[in-house]
Amino acid sequence: MISIKNVRKIFPTKQGQLKAVDDVNLEIQDGEIFGVIGYSGAGKSTLIRMLNGLELPSEGSVTVAGREISKIKGSELRKARQEISMIFQHFNLLWSRTVSENIAFPLEIAGVKGPQRKKRVDELIKLVGLEGRENAYPSQLSGGQKQRVGIARALANSPKVLLCDEATSALDPQTTDSILDLLVDINKRLGLTIVLITHEMHVIRKISHRVAVMESGKVVEMGPVLDVFRNPQQPITKRFVQQVTEPEETKETLEHLLERFVSGKIVQLTFIGDSAEQPVITNLIRHSNVNVNILQGKISQTQNGSYGTLFIHIDGEDEEVDKAVDFIRSQQVGVEVVTNG
Amino acid sequence: MDKYFPNVDWLIMWDATKQTLYMTGISVLATFVLGIILGMLLFLTGKDNLWENKPVNTVIGAVVNIFRSIPFIILIVLLIPFTTLLLGTMIGEKAALPALIVGAAPFYARMVEIGLREIDKGVIEAAKSMGASTGTIIWKVLLPESMPALISGITVTAIALVGYTAMAGAIGAGGLGNLAYNYGFQRNQNDVTLIATVIILIIVFVIQFIGDFITSKLDKR
Repeated sequence: MISIKNVRKIFPTKQGQLKAVDDVNLEIQDGEIFGVIGYSGAGKSTLIRMLNGLELPSEGSVTVAGREISKIKGSELRKARQEISMIFQHFNLLWSRTVSENIAFPLEIAGVKGPQRKKRVDELIKLVGLEGRENAYPSQLSGGQKQRVGIARALANSPKVLLCDEATSALDPQTTDSILDLLVDINKRLGLTIVLITHEMHVIRKISHRVAVMESGKVVEMGPVLDVFRNPQQPITKRFVQQVTEPEETKETLEHLLERFVSGKIVQLTFIGDSAEQPVITNLIRHSNVNVNILQGKISQTQNGSYGTLFIHIDGEDEEVDKAVDFIRSQQVGVEVVTNG
Repeated sequence: MDKYFPNVDWLIMWDATKQTLYMTGISVLATFVLGIILGMLLFLTGKDNLWENKPVNTVIGAVVNIFRSIPFIILIVLLIPFTTLLLGTMIGEKAALPALIVGAAPFYARMVEIGLREIDKGVIEAAKSMGASTGTIIWKVLLPESMPALISGITVTAIALVGYTAMAGAIGAGGLGNLAYNYGFQRNQNDVTLIATVIILIIVFVIQFIGDFITSKLDKR
């Protein structure tokens, strides 16, 4: 569906040339939800804007739905853009138009007339759950409702691709989740390919199938979300994964515990997919002569399965503790002995 | 009535009022259209915009600034050859129109440009991402989204134009300004000046009221 080949984007600045996107190659499949994560300034925004020709690459080619976006111009580009919709962090609705009129706007652009347009607008309002708010103006809506209008507007011309530019970054956590659920629902129901950029790993975890991590213009890591969670390679990826798996206070708590428990070991277990649902701890206690104390745990759902982390303290004879750790290793569970420092 | 205002001929006063309304009305309409066109061009050819073009932007900007800076009374005199060429006369309310429009349109064009600049760039980008052409963006995004600013701008301009018509009256264009000058000043009939002033004030208040009303109706922010 989307193919990005050797793409570079260089902005001339007073301080010299800024490489916003540096030799990026991506293939995104039909019907996939593909996430790009990075801190601000990583080039992800520039990258997504090249997918609908709002930016042109300095080098390389961008092909979306069979059209080489980086080459076409004028009416051909405008036609292509009707198949590549975009939603925005700040919604970008027309304040002078009502909800219905905002949703009708792309239909007007595409030349859809009168009754047909009205019918399509009504369908879309139902799809995003805004019944009863048709005649409200954007200023009368909450952030979540505004983004729903944005989504309805983006879907109006039945696009093949939906680009989400930090679409949930201006929303509170609860609203973020409801918008993300809506996106997953649309992806399943309409088979729409979704590309999203974000700086929140939570968004990636919740809806993406695959993820690319960007840092200073380069894609430094890419793969299915669960694989990246299980085995993050780059330091930046590890930091993003920690956003979801380890709450802020975990590090402090662990340091505190390491001071308290002088004997035994503190172990971090990582469960992926099926193993998250097996009684590993029960088996561990039955197999080994150790005391097990559960310190902290968390399970997260991703689009390709569940992912959990658990911190436990194992105490007993040194030999027994080592045996216990080996036992857990044999259970297809990731094990890391936590040490101070 | 005649006891308090012995010199006021109400028929002449009414004629002068109609002339002032005529001059103001036509010049406001023409200024609205011309100012929006000039302001839109200034905006579109500006930096990082749809038709970014530095030379064109600089030229329009310079012309606008020059005409905006010339005092109106001098502009009328400067435009005498142009007006007589266009209309064949320098006398009467029609003859005031070219100067009124040339004086007000650049002033209004700057207000239009400021109004357009206040539109969120993201909204223009969203329209682009939907495949809108520049024409669609102008008619369906830029103009409606800036309409309250355009209306409050034309209100201010219209009030300035009422003042300009009075000045134009002083050199033979007719209207309330002309009446106040010929009768009030030249013949020292202060009651005529007073009534002419009151009528001008009423016109100004009505324009302000209408402008504010439309602006508040349009503004859904």
